[in-house]
Amino acid sequence: MTENKGVMIFGEVVEGKLASITTELLACGRELAKDLGHELSVVLVGNNVANFAREAVTFGADRVYVVDNTLFKDYQTDSYVPVMEKVVKRVLPQILLMGQTSIGRDLAPRLAFRLNTAVTMGCIDLSIDPASKLMLQTKPVYGGNALAVFTCRSFPQMATVRLKAMAPLPPDASRKGEVIAIEATLDPSAIKTRLLEKVKEEVEGIKLENAKVVIGGGRGIGSAQGFKQLEELAKILKGAVGATRPVCDNGWMPTTSQIGLTGKIISPDLYVAVAVSGASQHMGGCSNAKNIIAINKSPEANIFRQAHFGVVGDWKTILPVFSAKVKELLAG
Amino acid sequence: MFVCIKQVYDPEAPPENFKIDPTTDKVVSAPGVLQVVDPYAEYAVEAALRIKDSNGGKVTAICLGTNLIGDVVKKPLCMGADELILLEDPAFDGGDSWSTAYALAMAIKKAGDYSIVFCGREASDWNAGQVGSAIAEILGLPCMTLAQQIELTDTKVKVKRGTDDGYEVVESPLPAVITVSNEIGKPRYQTVKWILAAKKKEPIIWKPSDIGVDASKIGAEGRRSRLLKLFLPVSERKCEIISADTPEEAAVRLALRLRETKIL
Repeated sequence: MTENKGVMIFGEVVEGKLASITTELLACGRELAKDLGHELSVVLVGNNVANFAREAVTFGADRVYVVDNTLFKDYQTDSYVPVMEKVVKRVLPQILLMGQTSIGRDLAPRLAFRLNTAVTMGCIDLSIDPASKLMLQTKPVYGGNALAVFTCRSFPQMATVRLKAMAPLPPDASRKGEVIAIEATLDPSAIKTRLLEKVKEEVEGIKLENAKVVIGGGRGIGSAQGFKQLEELAKILKGAVGATRPVCDNGWMPTTSQIGLTGKIISPDLYVAVAVSGASQHMGGCSNAKNIIAINKSPEANIFRQAHFGVVGDWKTILPVFSAKVKELLAG
Repeated sequence: MFVCIKQVYDPEAPPENFKIDPTTDKVVSAPGVLQVVDPYAEYAVEAALRIKDSNGGKVTAICLGTNLIGDVVKKPLCMGADELILLEDPAFDGGDSWSTAYALAMAIKKAGDYSIVFCGREASDWNAGQVGSAIAEILGLPCMTLAQQIELTDTKVKVKRGTDDGYEVVESPLPAVITVSNEIGKPRYQTVKWILAAKKKEPIIWKPSDIGVDASKIGAEGRRSRLLKLFLPVSERKCEIISADTPEEAAVRLALRLRETKIL
């Protein structure tokens, strides 16, 4: 049906190491490659990324394609699309996977259309259909109200995968793999945009996406001031504070603290949702939490359909007492 | 300027009202769930209108779909857009991001001069977030996604776009495609002045033959990705509600229960 062969991952390097999404994709790609009887490769594009090739092998790659050049120091649509087009046309993979990161969200659609194929964005499950050998791509749609399964008959079949949807394999230092450097240059006329500034917004304390405990607040908190109380509980539990989209839209919390399909995906051991109604698009970002505790004044709130424990009532009364008791229990 | 909008089921409707017909894999129009302009597209309309406020220019909203409701799709006009084009025809129905973007791009090409094409960052039905990038690819334009702030000079546009851990500022020549995120700020309310103006405006309706599209590339025919199944996720979780005579007591009990179950 096609000459394309193999599963390819677009790898990302973040803060001096292979991004966790890349290790997750390698685990998922291994399964797909096994079911197809194909090899698994990863592409690393950037500046000084060759150092990470070995690490990618330990996480499951059979082959690592490296495009290492100062030209690709920062992600830019105009430079990454042509370089990935070149790599894909040379390697001809049957499947190409990327993370649903800010880079993946931007790169995947444009690259897919450049390659005359299609991409399914934000998948949570991928598998090979035993009959057709096509990749079954499952993703939340309608803001997480429903799930849809897609296939694509053009190659490479492309998908982006949501963060934390899959668990990485433990690294195996004895794994062998091949590293192949690909030379790439840029056609200056293809570069239309210019990156003027890149700003990292540092969050104090524990990062939301890595926190074991997250305290989330919804519209019902009512003000930026109200979040101080959530921060107190977060301090007691050594956790981070997150928020729903309306909270961020109102400017009560920074946009980087938004939990949901279009914000951060969290998977803590404990998520305490305070005055959060439980809109599907928010739940899409926190449903991986091992335990969800809800405090909400409306017994009908959707959050109670997904929470493990809940209290119905005004958070202003409940939260301070709850926080004090938690502090006491942890001290004792 | 063009703004691409979409008519969708109100994503703010309570999730329990959301139903699917398993025989057709389509969403059932449940009582109480209205059709609205996609909220992300409204942010795109707002972004275009702000440029119109500061730099002038004409804003044309363009909507592809079937069974479009006049009062719904006229919303951009009521907010201050100048013109509305509807791509309404059964042939456009059942498409994916690619075939939708192709029809929109062909319509934009036909409509002529423009500086910026705005789209929402994604639509709240399929949550794909691809149409903006696809329009840019078809028209050969630069595309900046997830815009949080937009500033236009004579020949260039500067966009602050969201990244996983902050933001970046990108500059692009015109024309360009921009997909708008909710951080841009709340869409304006409809005003009486523009509502009255909208009443007098008839949308321009274009059929496939009007925009010179290749029939095999639009709607269901043009799909590259196939929907195999659409279903509701099963949640069998049962929430244990902690109750007591007073809320304070319930709060204490909740903490004790979490200790008991070793969650704390």
